[in-house]
Amino acid sequence: MLGYIIKRAAYMIPTLVLTSILVFALIELPPGDYFESHIAELLASGESVDQQQIEYLRQEYGFDRPPWERYLTWVSGLPFGDFGYSFEHQLPVNEVIGDRLFFTMVVTFFTVIFTWIIAFPIGIYSATHQYSWGDYGLTFLGLIGLATPNFLLALIMMYLANEWFGTSIGGLVDPEYVDQPLSWAKFVSVLEHLWIPVIVIGTSGTAAMIRRVRANLLDELRKPYVTTARAKGVPEFRGLMKYPFRMSLNFFIADIGGILPTIISGAEIVAIVLSLETTGPLLIAALQSQDMYLAGSFLMLLAFLTVIGVLVSDIALAILDPRIRLQGGVSR
Amino acid sequence: MNVEKTSAIEHYVNEEPFDPRAIETMTPEQEKVFLASQKRLMWWKFKRHRVAVISGLFLAFIYLATLISEVIAPYSLETRNSKFIYAPPQGIHLFHEGEFIGPFVYGYKSKLDLDTLRRIYTEDTSDVQKLRFFCSGDAYRFWGFIKGDFHIMCPAEGGQVFLLGSDRLGRDVFSRMIYGARISLTIGLVGISISFVLGIVIGGLAGYYGGWVDLVAQRMIEVIQSLPAIPLWLALAAIMPVTWSPILVYFGITIILGLIDWTGLARAVRSKLLALREEDYILAARLMGAKPSRIIGNHLVPGFMSHLIASATITIPTMILGETALSFLGLGLRSPIVSWGVLLNEAQNINVVALYPWLILPVVPVILVILAFNFFGDGLRDAADPYG
Repeated sequence: MLGYIIKRAAYMIPTLVLTSILVFALIELPPGDYFESHIAELLASGESVDQQQIEYLRQEYGFDRPPWERYLTWVSGLPFGDFGYSFEHQLPVNEVIGDRLFFTMVVTFFTVIFTWIIAFPIGIYSATHQYSWGDYGLTFLGLIGLATPNFLLALIMMYLANEWFGTSIGGLVDPEYVDQPLSWAKFVSVLEHLWIPVIVIGTSGTAAMIRRVRANLLDELRKPYVTTARAKGVPEFRGLMKYPFRMSLNFFIADIGGILPTIISGAEIVAIVLSLETTGPLLIAALQSQDMYLAGSFLMLLAFLTVIGVLVSDIALAILDPRIRLQGGVSR
Repeated sequence: MNVEKTSAIEHYVNEEPFDPRAIETMTPEQEKVFLASQKRLMWWKFKRHRVAVISGLFLAFIYLATLISEVIAPYSLETRNSKFIYAPPQGIHLFHEGEFIGPFVYGYKSKLDLDTLRRIYTEDTSDVQKLRFFCSGDAYRFWGFIKGDFHIMCPAEGGQVFLLGSDRLGRDVFSRMIYGARISLTIGLVGISISFVLGIVIGGLAGYYGGWVDLVAQRMIEVIQSLPAIPLWLALAAIMPVTWSPILVYFGITIILGLIDWTGLARAVRSKLLALREEDYILAARLMGAKPSRIIGNHLVPGFMSHLIASATITIPTMILGETALSFLGLGLRSPIVSWGVLLNEAQNINVVALYPWLILPVVPVILVILAFNFFGDGLRDAADPYG
């Protein structure tokens, strides 16, 4: 088992190195750099440009040196938690991201719970009542959630919430709590605003989840051991939950790895529409303004979390399912 | 025991001549299934999935319709009616004051509300504007080349028809939606072709050769999958120079969507190849001296092609949604190219939803097409394994 974990962990290293090269190439490729677009912006708004300061920053961050040198400086900082400096916010990247991390985690946590609560019962129902009207109807509902562009759903929900409940849905807290420290009242206010993003983001993932629960459970239900159990008189519900359901959860554990990165990235576009103070809009803005260290380190962080997530779910699967452990194979 | 009881039953002998192969011979129906080719079996299985058949017909219909968008749309793409800005949808009536006239709309009277500076449109029930059919209307260039002005439906002479309302420049939303279909629907097809080719080549190489080729391909897939889709699209879209013509941007976007999507297909190809390579019939072919190219082309590829087509169909919706998302952020297509995403870009804020809700109608075809592709792909996937 230990050997398996070490082998899997060793695989992570080349993946991460490749990812870092790809990410750096991606943020390096657009023509120009942050300073050029920044100067153009300042000139356009009629402000004076402090050439000296900009030259200083350029040298400080190595924009006069070749890209590979900058890549090495950037990459060698990453393992020690030095993510570089955000030009846009004039703060180290850690601080810029850190501020928003908490809200993002809250939103994602509730979204994931929401998806599970909806998807599991529906998936189990659909599988046990295959080809019934209930199966078709519920699958269809889930698919509609998948088919509607999220940003539009967000807009419509915002409008309806405003019409029916009179809540203003910009942001995650009421305006008066924005700069206050966390208190009970603020927490309640967050909960009041939370349900819209949770529903909007949740609906898109629910359909896929329902289908996978259904497909995996159906595969299990067709196996002879289920017939045997039924023939021996095991009650229907117990006969469903005891083995078939647990067996069908393998895919679900393999999926948990995929959730990790979304915990900090969230649904970017929905967050923009609803003006949530999560990390998603930050990343989009950084990509658009070529704030390269912020964008790059952020992408790297997401990639790192994905790789860790896959590792965690592989190890969990190996612990739970001896067949995988014995073959020494990788689950996904 | 019970000798009396059994002997009570009359001794029965069948008069018919005994056929020793009676169990093996099949009824005509069984024989039909047994002898049917794989394609025929797939078709039968697909036909059983009613919703998939209907979805397939619907998709075929709208793809055919995009061939003649210019003829179907009552207006051309850029026709502006400056007198009718943000006009709400007009209803089609058949009877005017109890008298049958045929399809017509009532003309609009507009008034400027001086408090809100909004135009308020009211139906003028004395102004009957009969719709014309198979008529000549706005001039257009068919597919950008052939000049024409033939439409299936046009507004009355000097009248208007806004079936789904008009936008901020007084352009007909319905016509623009029909033109948008051409772009939105093809973007999925072009993108999927790119990712299909990439997926088969890379997954095929990895699966067939194994070893370090497999290792490199696996790491590449892992790297691309470890980055979230939207930021990746954004980063790639930002690379496209702003000076590009809209048509180049269109191809740029499809390539971006395709470049990111191939990983799933490549994985599927690889695992299918690995599984099929161990099958007995492949071993038999190898023992009979078949070359690798023959084994791959004649025996392996047909084995999983149907699966691939089915899973590719299911990813087309992702591409269509991806395009709307990119266009929403202003990084996708730009006018004069019109896609459903570009149209939805008009519905950017909550005021639009509140005041001009018809501008979000382009979401209806998006939802329908994505549902149809999902059901169609489901049917294909079931049919891909006709023996199951």
